[in-house]
Amino acid sequence: MKAAFINPFLEATVEVLKTMAFVEPTPGKPYLKNDNVAKGDISGIIGLTGDARGSLALSFSEGAILKIVSNMLGEAITDMNGDIKDAVGELTNMVSGVARKKLEAAGYSITAAIPTVVSGRNHSILHVMGGPSIIIPFNTDSGAFVVDVCLARKE
Amino acid sequence: MDKNIKILIVDDFATMRKVIRNILKQIGFENIVEAEDGAIALRALKSQQIDFVIADWNMPNMTGLELLKAVRADADLAKTPFLMVTAEALQENVIAAVKAGVNNYIVKPFTAETLNEKIVKILGTD
Repeated sequence: MKAAFINPFLEATVEVLKTMAFVEPTPGKPYLKNDNVAKGDISGIIGLTGDARGSLALSFSEGAILKIVSNMLGEAITDMNGDIKDAVGELTNMVSGVARKKLEAAGYSITAAIPTVVSGRNHSILHVMGGPSIIIPFNTDSGAFVVDVCLARKE
Repeated sequence: MDKNIKILIVDDFATMRKVIRNILKQIGFENIVEAEDGAIALRALKSQQIDFVIADWNMPNMTGLELLKAVRADADLAKTPFLMVTAEALQENVIAAVKAGVNNYIVKPFTAETLNEKIVKILGTD
């Protein structure tokens, strides 16, 4: 995967969480992931096609997502209910939207599918291209989450 | 600007409806109704007085654009202010929405300030 594909997703994630949830996540060093096991307790995944193909997943720890959704809704959410699932899908959608706009500026026109949400400890994230994927780890005051992206330029 | 106007939020994601409702509350609008797709929204528009529509673009059954076209084609509803919400500012989408008679559009993610600006632009500051 091209390094140029990483920054748009990193920036988009920070932008979406800052604007919608007033949470400023701290990015860590990106690394390669070779298995399908999700890093978080709940993940949103979305397929991407066009000048580059692949998929994007956002995988949140329970602590991180409860705080993010509480801030988004303006009410304290303390358990992993349907609101959380819905919000993870919507956040995945928005990060994909902002990242695709940035990729478009770099000359890659990409469209996205509808996000799906999976939860449970050690659930799988199956990337469209199979993998390996790049993990961009993030930390918040309430827990960690990762952006898990596998994207390849169309030959 | 009359803060008591009735605003209809149309989005298939319940969370997003809550988020928009929460933002509207922050900027002083509390008279809010919700619909989960364009078809339900159209029924609501026909059965009650709604002063402003905020609709998502991507929805099952009837998209935001289809809803906008239906509203503009209905003599009783045609003048209803309509703000479209999209996850991406694709130029072709914007052109299609403008052609269909949208009053303005807003790209997710957005702040309370941006939403307020868009509403003020449509309704004026009186």
